[in-house]
Amino acid sequence: MSFGLSRVSFETGPATREAFGEALAEAGANKDVIVIDGDVNNSTFTNKFKDMYPDRFFNVGIAESNMIGIASGLAAAGKIPVVASFSTFLLSNAFDQIRMGVAFPNLNVKLVGTHAGISIGEDGPSQMAVEDVAQACAFPGMTVVVPADGPSASIATHALLEREGPTFMRCGRPGVPLLYGPASDFQIGKANTLREGDDITLIANGIMVAMALDAAEGLAADGIQARVLDMHTVKPIDTDCIVKAANETRAIVVAEEHLAYGGLGSTVAMVVGEHKPTRMAFVDIGDTYATSGKPDELLEHFGLTPDAILDAARRVLKD
Amino acid sequence: MPQARTEERTELERVARRLRHNIVRSTTEAGSGHPSTSLSMVEVVAVLYFGGVLRYDPQQPHQPDRDRFILSKGHGAPGLYAVLAEAGFFPVEDLMTLRKMGSPLEGHPNMRRLAGVEASTGSLGQGLSMGIGHAHAARLDESDFRTYVMTGDGEVEQGQVWEAAMHAGNHGLDNLTLIVDRNRHQQTDAVAKVQPLDPLVDKFESFNWEAREIDGHSLDEVAAAFDWARGVSGKPQAIIARTVKGKGVSLLEEAQDKWHGKPIPKEEEARALQEIGAEL
Ligand SMILES: Cc1ncc(C[n+]2csc(CCOP(=O)(O)OP(=O)(O)O)c2C)c(N)n1
Ligand SMILES: [Mg+2]
Repeated sequence: MSFGLSRVSFETGPATREAFGEALAEAGANKDVIVIDGDVNNSTFTNKFKDMYPDRFFNVGIAESNMIGIASGLAAAGKIPVVASFSTFLLSNAFDQIRMGVAFPNLNVKLVGTHAGISIGEDGPSQMAVEDVAQACAFPGMTVVVPADGPSASIATHALLEREGPTFMRCGRPGVPLLYGPASDFQIGKANTLREGDDITLIANGIMVAMALDAAEGLAADGIQARVLDMHTVKPIDTDCIVKAANETRAIVVAEEHLAYGGLGSTVAMVVGEHKPTRMAFVDIGDTYATSGKPDELLEHFGLTPDAILDAARRVLKD
Repeated sequence: MPQARTEERTELERVARRLRHNIVRSTTEAGSGHPSTSLSMVEVVAVLYFGGVLRYDPQQPHQPDRDRFILSKGHGAPGLYAVLAEAGFFPVEDLMTLRKMGSPLEGHPNMRRLAGVEASTGSLGQGLSMGIGHAHAARLDESDFRTYVMTGDGEVEQGQVWEAAMHAGNHGLDNLTLIVDRNRHQQTDAVAKVQPLDPLVDKFESFNWEAREIDGHSLDEVAAAFDWARGVSGKPQAIIARTVKGKGVSLLEEAQDKWHGKPIPKEEEARALQEIGAEL
């Protein structure tokens, strides 16, 4: 996959779901960690944990609501359950169970949704989680993380396991550009500034971060210095970092592989609107479901490219 | 409403072979998809669409009194598309656009993009409830159309299937027939290892259904089961169709746990098509 990148080149690393699976297997050394999957353990990469700790792994079958209920009970009994499935089945199929069994009682359940976004490609819209960030953010107390690459997904997996309370991590299907190293500074709730700049700020997460870096190169060619923030944690959002960007740069563009409503864009806009109203533009899937197609074709068709970010930045700087 | 009925067993066999052929070709061309899932359902859909069971008119796909077939196991889309093309809903050549950008033949069925698709599916467990909606509508409109729903066997692990089963049984929806494609495998493992389902017939019976188990690859048994289902009054009917995941292609049949969601590689395609032996 190219992700439409043309101005910067990155080494391609593992998919975030794969890095999660590896990290989860490492975390299995903690005997309290229990993994629950819903007949997709060969897709979520929880198989690695399953092979190492078969007694602490449950494939409950195609029964997402049941998975969440079981996790709720395990957490109430002091365990650290990790529930993995395709993000859309996990959040959409078990929304009320997450509400009643995880969020409302504020239990220590770790949700991991894989195959998020349209970059899954040919399987098509029924399998694509495009509203999952909004769903997860809607739950009081839920920590929501969308890592951009393998190393950060790995660090996030460990960090979320150590964090008390309900959490959701969103992972993707394809291998993605490497942006971090295994020892990079990466903290839940703290955005990473991957590029400095004082003219405009590009805020992104997931696969859109590499694209934002690519777009920043394009802006540099126009003489515009873009700051690029990896806003991996959507909730709790890094208010300070956003307010700083709003104060120090002229405009903000937010890019995410998600529908327009209720995701990163909305969350950042809330902070900007309250603290330092600033011109903003949004790059996302809009208000529509996608189709089947090759991942790169879909990203191009639904406007998730470096050039789309570049255009949005030029547009917002012009007004 | 027309009803394609061929009494000729050999003609139905030919149809089944063509469906298998097109399932393999379209998924191999797409480079992804679920051929093994689709191959196990071939005889059931062949009899449904060509054995005088479903009443449909591809020229008027939305006619209110048509019978409905809902593929709840939406990842069997290549099988559904193959039979819809064979039935004349769209040209057979279009099958080769499966999963491609711009094609209405998406990875999972989309009722808003392709005539003949009765429900958008792909998140497992929901089709039976949707079928109940159609069955109630038929009753309310005093229409005699029937609704057929197919689920996978892994799919019936989903709680909603049993919520639906309880409802249909308690409402005595005899215009509703469920076919469970009992191929004994799901995505990651054998169904018996994940969640043993037996006794499945008893489960449905205890929910006030009539149920029976058949050989889902025997055209005669499938046809007889649909005749039986239409004769049942006062209860919905469940047909547990014993099938083989990947039926007709030895490569898939021999390692059923390895091929879920994987197309036959290009270099194996010719051999698979030869085994199927469709006369085109
Ligand atoms: C709600 C939901 N959870 C998980 C999946 C992922 N998934 C797709 S196919 C499949 C296995 C289906 O097995 P079965 O119902 O037996 O169908 P078969 O392919 O064997 O016909 C799974 C888990 C899904 N599509 N929907
Ligand atoms: Mg099955």
